[in-house]
Amino acid sequence: MKEPKYWRSLEELQQSESFRRFAEDEFADRTPDWNDPASRRRFLRVMGASLALGGAAACTKQPKETIVPYVRQPEEFVPGKPLFYATSIMSAGLATGALVESHLGRPTKVEGNPDHPASLGATTPQMQATVLTLYDPDRAQTVTHNGNIDTWGNFVTALAAVRDVADLKKGAGLRLLTGTITSPTLAAQIGEILAAFPQARWHQWEPCGSHTEYAGSVAAFGKAWNAVYRLNRAARIVSLDADFLDPWFPGSLRYTRDYTAKRRDAAQNSTEAPRLYVAESAPSITGGMAEHRFRMRAADIESFAEGLVEGASDPRQHALLKDLEDHRGSSVVIAGRYQQPRVHAIAHLLNERFGNIGSTVIYTDPVEANPTDQVASLRELVAEMRSGAVEALLILGGNPVYDAPADLNFLEALQHVKLRAQLGLYYNETAEWCHWHVPEAHTFESWSDARAWDGTASIVQPLIAPIYNGKTPHEVLGVLLNQADRSAHDTVQDFWRAQHKGTDFSDFWQIALHDGLIAGTAFPEQAPPAARIPEATAASSGVEISFRPDPCVGDGTSSNNAWLQELPKPCNKMTWDNALWISAKTAERFNLGTGDIVELSQAGRKLRGPVWIQPGHADESLTIHFGYGRTRAGRVADGVGFNAYALRASGALWHGAGAQMKRISHGYSFATTQHTQTMEERDPFRLATVDEYRSHPDFARPEGQRVTKDLTLFPMWNYPKYKWGLSIDLTACTGCNACMVACQAENNIAVVGKEEVAKGRHMNWIRLDRYFSGPVDDPQMYFQPVPCMHCEDALCELVCPVAATVHSGEGLNEMVYNRCVGTRYCSNNCPYKVRRFNFYLYSDWYTRSLYGGRNPDVSVRSRGVMEKCSYCVQRINEAKIGAEKEDRPVRDGEIITACQQACPANAIVFGNLNDPESEVSRRKRQQRDYSLLEELNTHPRTTYLARLRHPNPDLEKG
Amino acid sequence: MEEERVATLDPGPDKVIGPGHDFKSVTEKIGGVVFMPFVRTPRQLFIGFAVAFVLVNLFLVAVTWLFARGVGVWGIVIPVAWGFAIVNFVWWIGIGHAGTLISAILLLLKQDWRTSINRFSEAMTLFAVACAGMFPILHLGRPWLAYWLLPYPNTMWLWPQPRSPLIWDVFAVSTYASVSFLFWFTGLIPDFATMRDSARQSWARKIFGVLAMGWRSSAKHWARYQKAYLLLAGLSTPLVVSVHSVVSFDFSVSILPGWHTTIFPPYFVAGAIYSGFAMVLTLAIPVRRWYHLEDMITMRHIECMSKVMLGTGLIVAYGYGMEAFMAWYSGNQFERFMYWNRAWGGHYWWTYVLLIFCNILIPQALWSRRVRMSVPAVFAIALVVNVGMWLERFVIVVTSLERDFMPSAWGRYYPTFWDIATYAGTIGVFLCLMFLFIRGLPAISMFEMREVVHHEEPSHAHGD
Repeated sequence: MKEPKYWRSLEELQQSESFRRFAEDEFADRTPDWNDPASRRRFLRVMGASLALGGAAACTKQPKETIVPYVRQPEEFVPGKPLFYATSIMSAGLATGALVESHLGRPTKVEGNPDHPASLGATTPQMQATVLTLYDPDRAQTVTHNGNIDTWGNFVTALAAVRDVADLKKGAGLRLLTGTITSPTLAAQIGEILAAFPQARWHQWEPCGSHTEYAGSVAAFGKAWNAVYRLNRAARIVSLDADFLDPWFPGSLRYTRDYTAKRRDAAQNSTEAPRLYVAESAPSITGGMAEHRFRMRAADIESFAEGLVEGASDPRQHALLKDLEDHRGSSVVIAGRYQQPRVHAIAHLLNERFGNIGSTVIYTDPVEANPTDQVASLRELVAEMRSGAVEALLILGGNPVYDAPADLNFLEALQHVKLRAQLGLYYNETAEWCHWHVPEAHTFESWSDARAWDGTASIVQPLIAPIYNGKTPHEVLGVLLNQADRSAHDTVQDFWRAQHKGTDFSDFWQIALHDGLIAGTAFPEQAPPAARIPEATAASSGVEISFRPDPCVGDGTSSNNAWLQELPKPCNKMTWDNALWISAKTAERFNLGTGDIVELSQAGRKLRGPVWIQPGHADESLTIHFGYGRTRAGRVADGVGFNAYALRASGALWHGAGAQMKRISHGYSFATTQHTQTMEERDPFRLATVDEYRSHPDFARPEGQRVTKDLTLFPMWNYPKYKWGLSIDLTACTGCNACMVACQAENNIAVVGKEEVAKGRHMNWIRLDRYFSGPVDDPQMYFQPVPCMHCEDALCELVCPVAATVHSGEGLNEMVYNRCVGTRYCSNNCPYKVRRFNFYLYSDWYTRSLYGGRNPDVSVRSRGVMEKCSYCVQRINEAKIGAEKEDRPVRDGEIITACQQACPANAIVFGNLNDPESEVSRRKRQQRDYSLLEELNTHPRTTYLARLRHPNPDLEKG
Repeated sequence: MEEERVATLDPGPDKVIGPGHDFKSVTEKIGGVVFMPFVRTPRQLFIGFAVAFVLVNLFLVAVTWLFARGVGVWGIVIPVAWGFAIVNFVWWIGIGHAGTLISAILLLLKQDWRTSINRFSEAMTLFAVACAGMFPILHLGRPWLAYWLLPYPNTMWLWPQPRSPLIWDVFAVSTYASVSFLFWFTGLIPDFATMRDSARQSWARKIFGVLAMGWRSSAKHWARYQKAYLLLAGLSTPLVVSVHSVVSFDFSVSILPGWHTTIFPPYFVAGAIYSGFAMVLTLAIPVRRWYHLEDMITMRHIECMSKVMLGTGLIVAYGYGMEAFMAWYSGNQFERFMYWNRAWGGHYWWTYVLLIFCNILIPQALWSRRVRMSVPAVFAIALVVNVGMWLERFVIVVTSLERDFMPSAWGRYYPTFWDIATYAGTIGVFLCLMFLFIRGLPAISMFEMREVVHHEEPSHAHGD
């Protein structure tokens, strides 16, 4: 197909010939658009139309603009200097505070908001990637009616007609469907609507929301409570399938910070280290941090937890209980959302029993505006739709056609509704079946508010006018409330004006916007009644399927984000795919291997997907991830992977037994960024137990293996002013990937697509190496971030024929893109292989919408040049210039690299090694400090602090 | 019929020229090839040229695609950032070694058997170096900036980085190419004059006249010529050693296990001569037969070249042995792993096994005089050595890079169609140039052959 030049993007690589071939042949039923002749024609028509539009847009002459300088320049607006605005980014309805960097009015980078309790300055990978979604050219760009371009005015007229009918019928037949909502303003608006139209109903469906937390709390206490953990007080943590370090866990950034702070403190100051027990089926980053990981089927965790209550025979449970008993009040049991409500109730009971409530666990009111059993809510809606009782359905965000439980058959029911309207960021699978689609404003384009996992409310403020005239839910609901002209800003502000008791509202508002949160809105601690455990459900047997949101693209809302698609999943380093994770033993039993394509069926539902043998996975169990198999996501995600929602039943949201696998074909190739799984008898990752560290403090760098700096005849450069260095604490690093996406956003790193990743051409400047050690069934998993080492004796510099990589007087190993001719000798000679090469023109130079999101301080690389980690040299120089203006040296902590800033574990610290008091110098003075490949005499500036574990002696022996 | 005639032409292993030749017959025989009417060109030459020309076109397509898209069309990745391009570069440069060795060193050593093959192998050297020289440019990420590797004055006062072996390469290869060309051209001048004088067509007389640069065969000319030729031989001699030593520095200066080896310079030079002689034999054997030159390129030539192959092959075998020994003796974990990975554990182990067969085991047959005297056997072994020497560079470049220090960064290399097309294409370029050379210029030095006749058969050297 000859495509206009405008479309020459990286995603084109990803949709290359072999990929399409695969999509057609191997996964026939997964991509109906391609195989059903009727819908293929439709697909091609739509595709053609959008191509034509794209072409037309590309050919349109830019309007002649006269550049007029600001008559009155906005305050603090200096070209070349970024401004930071506080706002919040939502994940499954919960807010995390962020500071967004804006260059000349264009948001370019997300940082955590240090004042916000859910962030403390850190970010998740998904928060970092929000910038790319903002500029995604595939976002919905116009209002559509029956698939044709229409106007907001016409939509308002249509919705006003709905309102008039609702007025007459008291709202009968009017239904709202939203995700989980924590926004007080939005909840108030919906409340007004429900008051005005008493027979209207509000349904909620969040595909990966807190369904089991809610049900567990109701079962244990009779009412929804929100459990907030205080891991800074927890010496013993028991996770029952709770992946609390994973971005999908509410409050994960805070938990990561609290947990790793204790670990780092123990390693530095010999305080007692926390000990983590994890029972889980699929390997997770939390399991990777655990001292003791109990591998078991997801369904067996319930009986394991039960044993903790009733005191069981298993020696593991004995040791664990003893440890909990010894740490009354400073231990915590956390149940994960992938577990049955009963497990949650057991966790509540155990926390009560070990005196943890009020100390490591506190209970508050739920943060959701309307906590409800969302499965029941959705089921009710579907039943009503099918019966014809629903006349108008307004879907605010979300994509239920794609992500509703398969047994509800949402799509079929939806077609009974006479008027279907959707507000969405993308024209997605649901939009396709709605009469009206309204483009939603991105978070960075919206006024709104939301609550964090502990109840802290914050205002969402826009950084940019809606690029595609997107609307917020406030504005859409405003139409129903006869306030069509009211802006979201006014709605939100008026709500808070009503809430605010004092007279100084404008101060309150300014402070709330500036700080990114409304102080004192965290929910107060409350005392729940005694927990009780509901009746046990029938134990299941047979092969079970566990469902998880994908560690990178999540539940599917960020599927079309290429940064997240290309982000390697922490535990298997796979990109651009999801897979059926099974253990080696189960694979053997079913005679399967990695890359085999199987037909997976459960209760009559079927899907096809490739198998991935995952070390550490529970036997007789398999895990599949959501977020893939999209058909209307955009050019990045369409046709990538398989749709795990197709198997998900409303009765077994997270795991269910009775899976059958049938091998269909084989030879599916995955694109992973790391091929060798073990350390091959080398020691890039060093670790010891706390006791070993006490007896051998130099274990990471034994005397005999040290290399001194006097092995050269030449005098070493002595770095008179600054001497930059980086320290990475492996005791703290959880492997969450935040640093990788932060680096990508900061340094304009290109996305290369699945085929290029499969070849080994991914571009990440900082990679997260993942090593397994121990038995293949149940190995230990270690994560190690590897950026450029900035060697003092850099091997790459020696061999570059054109001096394109040179050493700065402050010890930076610098890469001069302009000078690079691309011999790639530097990469060959780099023992750490941290250099990345632009084998093609990887950076997207042609998609104009992406221009705005690039960091103007970093060159966008062209084809044929080498690139690598620069220690964020643009940030170093910015700080140096600032310091020079004030005639002072750069202070410690003034330069924060992008990876360091995003890291929720505080594992990465950058600074001046000449300053003995700098944090990085203090860290490097620890005895755990070691360099990678020290024996090569490269004198790396990036060094590591070895990991310390704190195993339970009772379990370590056994 | 023809076979028999061929057999009788060959004077046997002791003679460098067949019986019955005088000055005139030598000149006519060699010059006759050039002045042969176009239609009477041997059929094999046409076929060979056609095949080569197809490959040249493939080369043009491959290079166009490469320039349009970038080096990503090749199989190179991180960590194997060098692939076929560098393998081919080293292979071609190695082949280019025989020419200068035969012309310069054997001249200084007064080896009589060099005479009928020196012109031919010098041309081969030039064309091989031309093919080699293309690869470092093609393999650049931004080939249009290749001139940045040259020390030219510029406004930014920016020079190449002299510590990089790649810069040494630029100088070594360009010096080698220019000296080789001068040497070849100087050797051709007296023959150009002969051609000028015996050409019948006026355009041929004009072309050869220009090329002969006014050569009149005066005694003074000859005296100066001899001096210049000797001086050039003296100049080229160190180059034979230096070029491939410098090429080997590309690897040995780096820190990569499998590259970082002090034995590389001598071992590379020996390997270069090894492959160079193999290539001379590969080309000379068919040409001698097509043009019935068995009385000029005799069994003695073939046997001598076989012996050189055997000798250099043994040096190369010693190199392999030392690599294995040092990997063990160093006690270094990475070195030991590298050797294990190369010969046994890596997925390209079979290339190493094949290499040992091609470069060490099979050529041992040359110890036997019967094998050396068998033209088909020598031809087959020469081909095998060509393959083996290419594999050697592949093993060094690829297997070392695939698995180096950090297990997490290990990768695999798969050549693509464009890798193979570019390689095959340069073979086409090389063969095309060779065929044109054989057809258009005296492939054997006429005046030096006359000298041989003068020494060997003084009685009837002057035709009576």
